[in-house]
Amino acid sequence: MNESLLRELVPAVIGVLVRRGADFASAEDAVQEALIRALDTWPADPPRDPKAWLVTTAWHRFVDAARAEASRRGRELAVQAEPPSGPAPATDDTLRLYFLCAHPTLPHSSAVALTLRAVGGLTTRQIAAAHLVPEATMAQRISRAKRRIAGLPLDQPGDLGTVLRVLYLVFNEGYGGDVDLAAEAIRLTRQLAALTGEPEVAGLLALMLLHHARRASRTGPGGRLVPLAEQDRSRWDTGKIAEGVAILQAALARDRLGEYQAQAAIAALHADARSAAETDWVQIVEWYDELLRLTGSPVVRLNRAVAVGEADGPHAGLAALDGVDPGLPRYAAVTAYLHERAGDLPLAAELYAEAARAATSVPERDHLTRQAARVRRLLRQ
Amino acid sequence: MKYLILKHYRGGPAPVVDYGTMDTWTPEEVDAHVQFMRDFAARLEETGEFVEGQALSPEGAFVRYDGEGRPPVTDGPFAETKDLIAGWMVIDVDSWDRAVQLAGELSAAPGPGGKPIHEWLEVRPFLAEPPTVTE
Repeated sequence: MNESLLRELVPAVIGVLVRRGADFASAEDAVQEALIRALDTWPADPPRDPKAWLVTTAWHRFVDAARAEASRRGRELAVQAEPPSGPAPATDDTLRLYFLCAHPTLPHSSAVALTLRAVGGLTTRQIAAAHLVPEATMAQRISRAKRRIAGLPLDQPGDLGTVLRVLYLVFNEGYGGDVDLAAEAIRLTRQLAALTGEPEVAGLLALMLLHHARRASRTGPGGRLVPLAEQDRSRWDTGKIAEGVAILQAALARDRLGEYQAQAAIAALHADARSAAETDWVQIVEWYDELLRLTGSPVVRLNRAVAVGEADGPHAGLAALDGVDPGLPRYAAVTAYLHERAGDLPLAAELYAEAARAATSVPERDHLTRQAARVRRLLRQ
Repeated sequence: MKYLILKHYRGGPAPVVDYGTMDTWTPEEVDAHVQFMRDFAARLEETGEFVEGQALSPEGAFVRYDGEGRPPVTDGPFAETKDLIAGWMVIDVDSWDRAVQLAGELSAAPGPGGKPIHEWLEVRPFLAEPPTVTE
């Protein structure tokens, strides 16, 4: 059985149940139960029509749950035992699910979990494993999120910005458990791009593809982090790069620039350089200027300083740090690098060690510790 | 039986070997140390004794309640003289002796010159659920 094919059916099946009168929360629960049953039974006994099987099984689950609820409350049951034939499936169903699951009233962690379950078709167990939390915790997070959005109409346009933010978060969560969240984020963004045609969705898709193309080269032996300049570029996935660049060019041609397109443009310029030395830093700085204009983000300002350091020399890079909050994560790492380039090795070593203490992940901490060790050795020689 | 092996940035008995902070080692020594830690956890996964491991940032603060309607009081960053936890590993083993044996092996992680750092590790038994049969 192709599990991803099964997962792709999930949002459409939820849509069918909702159009037949089920509320979103119950429909989503019923489809999740049908999905778990399918994962269990399909390998030995695959159905002829997978979607029809899922609709029927989920509908029966929904009716069973509604009956149990009705008898608990001593009420008559108003739903039919057999699924009525609803109107033809609307392609908008899936799009509405994206908006609902990433509703701006939901905390990010809940929106991520709900999107992965209702739109991505992952099981609660898989989502929990990917986030390293107990399954019961994840189940609770999802049901609380569903209660929070209960009663919201499914047929209203949502906030595309929060949907993109949620997909971006999923992509950055990378790889945990048996699910590749980066690949899953790409699949969901690709599907969203097909549904909306918005240039920023295409920009996000291009950004993801361009980063994903470099994944194999980002870690070395023992899980060691390999910085961009030292990556083995022959291991970059040229197919993904070509696809990302083509999607980005088509999006940029529509002349509605946004932050994801600008970020993708920077990633594309890196991907385009055959060696680190051939990187077009001047153009990268220009894109950072655009990005800064679009977002005003302090993190962008920090990253821009690195690019300025490459384009115009480390002293210009340090000058570009003027006004950037030193409390930002990676601030010490950036200053360490720029001071090393400027030739101040004792200060660079101190700053790398400080950056290691401020690191937010183990691979990053180990990498910065190694950088401090490397500069200290240079000083001893 | 589950045991917590606690690693400290500072605090605990006086170090046996002065191995300095890792940024004063060579990059190869840093790599060897990191690899040893990964291999150790992987080996315990294979023997079915590994439960989980986490590393902690040295940053953070003490926090306490400060009365109705008032924000919590924070006390941080941590003083240089205070004991500071760096991370932990939870193991599930048959005996205290096995826990001590494993902590001893972990404490032999290589440092400068590839020599064991003899780091003090704190080993603490978990308080378990009460047994079903008590007599």
